[in-house]
Amino acid sequence: MLALKNVEVVYSDVILVLRGISLEVPDGKIVALLGANGAGKSTTLRAISGLLDVHRGDLTKGQITLDEHRIDHLPPAKVVKLGIGQALEGRRILAELTVEENLRLGAHTARKTLDVNLARVYELFPQLKERPRFTAGYLSGGQQQMLAIGRALMSSPRFLLLDEPSLGLAPLLVQQIRDIIVEINRQGTGVLLVEQNATMALSIAHHGYIMETGKIVMDKPARELLDDEDVREFYLGLSSEGSKSFAEVKHYRRKKRWLS
Amino acid sequence: MTQFLQALVNGVSLASIYALIALGFVIIYKSMQVLNFAQPALLLLGGYWVLYFATVWGWAFPLAIVVGALFAAATGVIVERTTLRPMVGKPVFAVAILTIGLNTVISVIALDLMGVEIRQMGDPWGFGFVEFGGLNIAHRQIAAIVAVAVLVGLLLAFFKYSRLGLAMRATAFDQEVALTQGVSVSTVFALSWAIAAVLAMFGGVFLGSGVGFERSAAVTALKALPVVVVGGLDSIAGAIVGALLVAVSETLAATYQPEYAPFLGKGFSQLVPYVVMLLVLLFKPYGLFGTKEIERV
Repeated sequence: MLALKNVEVVYSDVILVLRGISLEVPDGKIVALLGANGAGKSTTLRAISGLLDVHRGDLTKGQITLDEHRIDHLPPAKVVKLGIGQALEGRRILAELTVEENLRLGAHTARKTLDVNLARVYELFPQLKERPRFTAGYLSGGQQQMLAIGRALMSSPRFLLLDEPSLGLAPLLVQQIRDIIVEINRQGTGVLLVEQNATMALSIAHHGYIMETGKIVMDKPARELLDDEDVREFYLGLSSEGSKSFAEVKHYRRKKRWLS
Repeated sequence: MTQFLQALVNGVSLASIYALIALGFVIIYKSMQVLNFAQPALLLLGGYWVLYFATVWGWAFPLAIVVGALFAAATGVIVERTTLRPMVGKPVFAVAILTIGLNTVISVIALDLMGVEIRQMGDPWGFGFVEFGGLNIAHRQIAAIVAVAVLVGLLLAFFKYSRLGLAMRATAFDQEVALTQGVSVSTVFALSWAIAAVLAMFGGVFLGSGVGFERSAAVTALKALPVVVVGGLDSIAGAIVGALLVAVSETLAATYQPEYAPFLGKGFSQLVPYVVMLLVLLFKPYGLFGTKEIERV
């Protein structure tokens, strides 16, 4: 079980980004973390994987534990070794390197299981298997995302942190990525899925958290979230009365600026 | 014609030495975006270790090289740990100035150890040479060219096939991604300094072999700077091409300038690397192979 308790994160010593959030990712489950831009989703992932330093961030309160052992303030390499893999937002593949080199890099901490993991990733992503020596930067967006996920799997993680895997992908590819996440989870990996595409995330997640400005504002099983009035309206763009006119939600007063 | 070919051969052998120093520079720049002006000092100190083991302790030369390389690598790692680690994340300028300071400190230590006189390297090549179609090619020149070819080959294979080499390339490309894959970036930094220091040591060895090793070696080492600027700060191929371009133009100038352009004065060839650098910069500000920095202002 991966757990965060009352985690508070401050950037550049002044900007409070996470205001005491707590969440849990049980083994072998998919947990979705939803929220608008700037809610602190990516920061949450950085806090787990130890990347706050890179962004001048600091974990000031609370703790992060993996099976009751604290992992906050560990260097990122240690966190990976303990079994937490991450695919960063925006794919971030190493464009100049080949597909296989990207994957080999993912196995940096798991040299002995390189061949097993490589076979597993190639089985999950047959499209990557066709072109191991292809320069990664020339892959299509969907394939790059697959490579990023595959690379994170190369360290045989117990928990996989995915940051916006559907970002910038066509609906059909989003479907494909979705199925792959389900398959990875079925093979026993816990997934913490950060998404803006709430429909996709909640359709596969077991549990969901909703973040707003650095706080968890809702925490329910995914099925219940899907049925929740507010979630339906604000995150899924649906409501019981069908689509509303925005004129009713916000109305702007007209002003005759040129005279006053 | 013979004269021209001779200049070319001398140029290539000089290029191999420049390339060694420039490669160290490029490797450090690529992995941590630090302009390392301490390369000349690392060359002096590295050369001194080998010289000391080979002549004072009378070890066999290959053994002196191996132990010297270990010492050089240790020097690189210690320098990185003690002085550059605290500077991570600081402005590039501050770090560059720091390495200039490092250069002074290490040079003073090395020069104090070496003394003022020219010291023999204890190398097996001496002044022997082979004659080949009217050309005189010194044994040490051949040794330098062969050694550099082998070293560069090893280095490229290391980057291509080894786990740590791959980690170094990944760190150079995107540090955050390297971190998420479990690469210890501090190991990569230390390793790049160790490699740079060892390459500088080999530069010192070949500069000093035959003719002897002395403080002016640092001046020659400084020409690695025009070399990397010509080749592009972050390109390994650039370092090698830049070294060839700079060194060959330098030896050609040394051969022909006194005859055809005596008004430029004596020792003009010493200036040539900087003239080449100026010309390249005028037309290609990022060097021949350097990555253009795209930045929104």
